[in-house]
Amino acid sequence: MRRLDVLVCSGTACVSSGSTEVKESLAQALADSDLRSEVRILETGCMGPCELGPVMMIYPEGTFYVKVSPDDVQEIVEEHFLKGRPVRRLLWEGVAPALKEVPFFARQHKLVLANCGIINPERIEEYIARGGYEALARAVSEMSPEQVISEVSASGLRGRGGAGFPAGKKWELMRNANGSPKYIVCNADEGDPGAFMDRAVLEGDPHAVIEGMAVAAYAVGAQRGFVYVRAEYPLAISRLEEAVGQARRMGLLGDSILETDFSFDIELRMGAGAFVCGEETALIASIEGKRGEPRPRPPFPTESGLWGCPTMINNVETLACVRHVVVGGADKFASVGTETSKGTKVFALAGQIRNTGLVEVPMGISLRELVMEVGGGVPEGRNLKAVQIGGPSGGCLPEKLLDVPVDYESLGEHGAIMGSGGVIVLDDTACMVNVAKFFLEFTADESCGKCVPCRVGTSTMLDILSRIVAGQGTEADVPRLKELAESIKMGSLCGLGQTAPNPVLSTLRYFPEEYEAHIADRACPAGVCPDLVHYLVLVDQCRACDRCRQVCPTGAAQGAPGTPPYHIEDELCIRCGACVEACPFDAIIVKPGRKG
Amino acid sequence: MADKQEILSRHPRSEDRLLAILHDLQEASPDNSLTRDDLALVADHLELPLSRVHDAVTFYSMFSLRPRGRHLIRVCDSPHCHLEGAWSVMQELKRQLGIGEGETTEDGLFTLELSSCLGVCGVAPVMMVDEEMVGNLTPDRLRQVIDRYREGQ
Repeated sequence: MRRLDVLVCSGTACVSSGSTEVKESLAQALADSDLRSEVRILETGCMGPCELGPVMMIYPEGTFYVKVSPDDVQEIVEEHFLKGRPVRRLLWEGVAPALKEVPFFARQHKLVLANCGIINPERIEEYIARGGYEALARAVSEMSPEQVISEVSASGLRGRGGAGFPAGKKWELMRNANGSPKYIVCNADEGDPGAFMDRAVLEGDPHAVIEGMAVAAYAVGAQRGFVYVRAEYPLAISRLEEAVGQARRMGLLGDSILETDFSFDIELRMGAGAFVCGEETALIASIEGKRGEPRPRPPFPTESGLWGCPTMINNVETLACVRHVVVGGADKFASVGTETSKGTKVFALAGQIRNTGLVEVPMGISLRELVMEVGGGVPEGRNLKAVQIGGPSGGCLPEKLLDVPVDYESLGEHGAIMGSGGVIVLDDTACMVNVAKFFLEFTADESCGKCVPCRVGTSTMLDILSRIVAGQGTEADVPRLKELAESIKMGSLCGLGQTAPNPVLSTLRYFPEEYEAHIADRACPAGVCPDLVHYLVLVDQCRACDRCRQVCPTGAAQGAPGTPPYHIEDELCIRCGACVEACPFDAIIVKPGRKG
Repeated sequence: MADKQEILSRHPRSEDRLLAILHDLQEASPDNSLTRDDLALVADHLELPLSRVHDAVTFYSMFSLRPRGRHLIRVCDSPHCHLEGAWSVMQELKRQLGIGEGETTEDGLFTLELSSCLGVCGVAPVMMVDEEMVGNLTPDRLRQVIDRYREGQ
């Protein structure tokens, strides 16, 4: 008789840290102990806390194990499965036996991620068992397309891809658009660095996206849909392909869906490594097999999109919300969130934070709750300096603004954006000029080149920032950066250029003193920029253990064992930090400013 | 050549199949790249001007007209991996493979590239070898993975 279900996370992050090996040794151990009929292994999508992977959950009691290695498996089987004693050392922080008691999970409100980490994404039956395709069934059999649209409008659902356009409004525009055929497109070209919620949904609950597309197609009168996925997500692509096949076989896609006269089918299209294709007009060009370059709007895709026909583009997360709107009703969906931002938002927490991974929280939660409670704050001994939100189009908010509510408008007011939901927490070891430069490198590289202000402007800004971090900045640089930023924002066709200067502008706004230090003092206060720091051996602390000399790749750390102090030859030092890490006595420090 | 015809025949003669065909051809090629002949074949199959095919190939960073190694190593260079030490990973890979970014090892086994965000930030720094994602990279782990590919998995 079966008494336990073991859910092994098989999201990309856990697979990359070895969950497949764990699963295999578990299967072996269960066979060895003759437990195969009592304990079942299930593979699921992402459970959230990727840094702690491989993770697994054991039902019915909900024990959550983290950082499981194949070597732990025998102990889990013997202690837990046979004797009923959870293996404490593998529990989250060694304490909570049940998930509800972990703040990381307790503070979350899961709609989009409701099935991720719970069901096997490769089995449509499990999706259906959790209420899947009920929204589609209800829509096609009980509701008119107009009713579906008014429900979506009433729910206040806004596009989760970044701009936050009201979904109901878009659907209505599409419904009323002249021209046929009509197409709908799921934008799964998730390119924002640091954002991976779309990948997690596609890998962990692909049917939620398919169902959302089918409901949308019914509402707006489309018969053909495309999912445009970036090629960097092979697992998501294969899960989605599998899921589309299953849905077809069950009559949930294809002709006469659920024996009605509604027909709709989905095709996959793969990108090929161009960030700008996440922009809707570029995406359309790419699906058509062309260079992914944006074009001016209007006409908007709902008027003239794929092959000149009305085309509606929705983001993965937006589509995954649809079934909750239809089944739970607009009122229930709108009961979560703020006046203007309804529902939940998935964030990808990363950076100097204790709990990295994917979380879903109600809109309007403060940045402080998101970072300090759900995310567990910065690691001990560190100080939070800023939160970068919204990816390369977003901005850096300083610690003093942590009480800003996370909704579209509030973030915008302070120079950041919701974006796709990437959150990178920076502590006092981060140099804000360097962070800004980093994001600009990204946008300068990804600019498709069509609009001159974006193509040339981002490179020029990057040149200036490169000079500043190299200690060659001048006083004219900051005003010049601001001026260029304005021109790029005004002179670019698409969101990439219009938002590219944001990381620079927001760091200039909140951390002007860091720019000042780089330019006037030729010093990097955070000790990051190699040209604006030097390494120093603290004479009193050095024990001449020789570790630094052994790890130094360039021979810059010099001295004789047993004869302190050692010293760092500045000319040879490449600032790699190996000696700082190796020193057991904390005797080597990075000092802002140049030597001498 | 027969293989290439077979790949083409899997795709309808429709312009929107262009990227998919290019992906398939590149994947089937022994050196992870597309040749001028490939482009001409595709242009012919889809009845497109050669310049149109070339235009697309050179726009998308995943296509290469230069021969590359049998295995592509793509180190994620997004902010999170950057903060977690992607630069050191890159240095270590360069050292272990004896090549620079964008170069191919002499035995034709590996090409080293940087990639935009691979979306597995929780286990940064990350790289992708062909379709395998490898996270929590350390010099040791790099060595293991490279050895495994050298030995033919």
